[in-house]
Amino acid sequence: MSVLSGNGPHDDANTALEIDDLTVAYNSKPAIWDIDLRVPEGVLMAVIGPNGAGKSTLIKAALKLIPRAAGTVQFYGQPYEHVRGLVGYVPQRGSVDWDFPTTVLDVVSMGLYGRLGWIRRPGQSERESALHALEQVGMQDFADRQISQLSGGQQQRTFLARALVQDARIYLMDEPFAAVDAVTERAIITIMRELRARGKTVVVVHHDLQTAPEYFDWVTLLNVEIVATGPIATTFTPENLRRTYGGRVAYLQEGQQIAGLEKE
Amino acid sequence: MTKNYKLTTKNSSSDRRIWLLIGATALIAALFVPFSQLFLHVEYDYTLRTVALGGALLGIVSGVLGCFAVLRRQSLLGDALSHAALPGVAIAFLLAGRDLGLLLIGAGVTSWLGVYFIRLVTGTTRIKQDAAMGIVLAAWFAAGIALLVYIQARPDASQAGLDTFIFGQAAAIIERDVRLIAAVGTVSFIVLALFWKEFKLITFDAEFAGANGFRVNLLSMALSTLIVVAIVLGLQLAGVILMVGMLIASGIAARQWTNQLGQMVILSAVFGAFAGGAGAIISAIDADIPTGPLIVVVAFLLVAISLGFAPGRGLVWTLLRRLSDRRRFAAQTMLQDLYHYAIDHGRADLPAPESFLFGVRGATAKEGLRQLHARGQVQRSNGAWMLTPAGIEAASRDDRNHQLWAVYRQYADDLALPAIAEDRQQDIADLLPPESVAKLEFKLDTIRNAAAPPAQEQSLPNAVTDH
Repeated sequence: MSVLSGNGPHDDANTALEIDDLTVAYNSKPAIWDIDLRVPEGVLMAVIGPNGAGKSTLIKAALKLIPRAAGTVQFYGQPYEHVRGLVGYVPQRGSVDWDFPTTVLDVVSMGLYGRLGWIRRPGQSERESALHALEQVGMQDFADRQISQLSGGQQQRTFLARALVQDARIYLMDEPFAAVDAVTERAIITIMRELRARGKTVVVVHHDLQTAPEYFDWVTLLNVEIVATGPIATTFTPENLRRTYGGRVAYLQEGQQIAGLEKE
Repeated sequence: MTKNYKLTTKNSSSDRRIWLLIGATALIAALFVPFSQLFLHVEYDYTLRTVALGGALLGIVSGVLGCFAVLRRQSLLGDALSHAALPGVAIAFLLAGRDLGLLLIGAGVTSWLGVYFIRLVTGTTRIKQDAAMGIVLAAWFAAGIALLVYIQARPDASQAGLDTFIFGQAAAIIERDVRLIAAVGTVSFIVLALFWKEFKLITFDAEFAGANGFRVNLLSMALSTLIVVAIVLGLQLAGVILMVGMLIASGIAARQWTNQLGQMVILSAVFGAFAGGAGAIISAIDADIPTGPLIVVVAFLLVAISLGFAPGRGLVWTLLRRLSDRRRFAAQTMLQDLYHYAIDHGRADLPAPESFLFGVRGATAKEGLRQLHARGQVQRSNGAWMLTPAGIEAASRDDRNHQLWAVYRQYADDLALPAIAEDRQQDIADLLPPESVAKLEFKLDTIRNAAAPPAQEQSLPNAVTDH
């Protein structure tokens, strides 16, 4: 573990996440099918696909939160159990009860529970780390706030701070941009770019085709199977999008504009 | 770093309030004993002392563990599990005879099997938790009743009183039972204290706990087991039907008063002790009053009081706040209306016709003007309303504050100001450090001077008001 953490020389051919032959099924219907995916270290990658394409399933299966029917997942060449400390996770914010009786600072501290291990309680140094993470997301004044008082965007930032405090090497985020306002979206993308600048890898389930080329430098197009994966400039093409979404999306009828989007 | 001192003080004062409440409840509970002796003529004989102590201890145990049932949205799971204990009592009796320890162990086993069955069904099929709980509640309870009827039909005198487990019978509690509750409760609390952080995490966000390497299934089963323990301990007193009341009432009541899990658990323990003790004592007024149901009634009186009067969440509080908000907003609206009407027409103390104000704002105008008049900020003459000097001062201060907020929203990043929660009802100067306020004031004046020639200084620049 100690060899892998920190900013030491990259090992294992600079692959942050490698997924082989991963299949997950709900009620005998595959949610994701035979996924092979290699995420290079240091990219900011979007996972894009229609509803029911298995985007969240992919992330949850990678973290072993749901049972796999087949396949292996490795982070930095090791199974997840060995390198948990290197992986930060941001669940969908709708997945928890925001009326739970606790404060913002306490939620952020939860990011350190894994490192603390069983039974040990968070102390002063954990408190400081959590406050620092809150500062990074611009929420330091909300530290003592009860979480039920937060707006959607503030909830999302709190979750982001909880992941930042883990000081992981790769972050998996499940729809962090869902139903947040433009200011929060800008703040979140700024933080993601800072993470990338520090050499971290960020994998983001994303919904908005319009912003994808602007925000990300790497993309995986998913619809149960992997349609395409690679640098966004060469992968996020009208052809690949049509193969992902079918011809249904009105946006794709003006497909030619997609390539030109970045220049606008 | 700028710390928002208002938030901090607010938080610590609410902390103090909770500890006061906990102390006050404990004090009332303690005073209840002499009060009942003097005024209710309750005699503290051995039986009552035992039952009251048992009720109080049980209230503490079920109050503490019940908090987690409530927060995990598993209040009804408690109900299913207490019903599921009944066949265990019957089976243990058939196998081993009437030994209380064994009966309770039997109750725990079938109740725990109920938890396991619910988890299994919800985890592997499409049946939702409420349906799974319904299955366990009905099926286990039916089996229990069937077994009890079968046992009672047997020519054997020792089965007498087994049906007290259905409704509970406090009088049957002896000193040994109280010691059992105390001992098992202490062990549960030690487990809870050791894994406090883990239990909190899986209750709030099980997925995140799993991703961080915590054994969520194991922890979840452990927590459910503790809840089963609380239920089993209470069976004799409250019975399988009412036990859910003991389990969840004090947790629900405590939740209304605090936003901290730790405080909630402690307050719930105090409420539980009060309900358990006071319920037992009150039922001693007359031999015909049953103890278990009375404890539950007292517990839900606490719930009713909490739902009604808890600050922030209580019903009365909510109604009062809504009323005061409406008045405050009406006053602020009318102050600004009068101010802008007057300014737009050239001078700040120009009267505005009442019919015009009522026509534009309706009931708000009536309410707002009444408030402002009471504060001495407006006066009425010849069917028109005008601002007094105090009113003009308040209006311009409010207006200025509003504009500073607008500048803050637009230029906070450019001016490198600290991030604060936007709350235009508050004076921004209270929330930002003085040097930041100075920057904002300067920026606002720059915008105004650039946008408007000095003669029309009152009119607002579009860049600020247009949102």
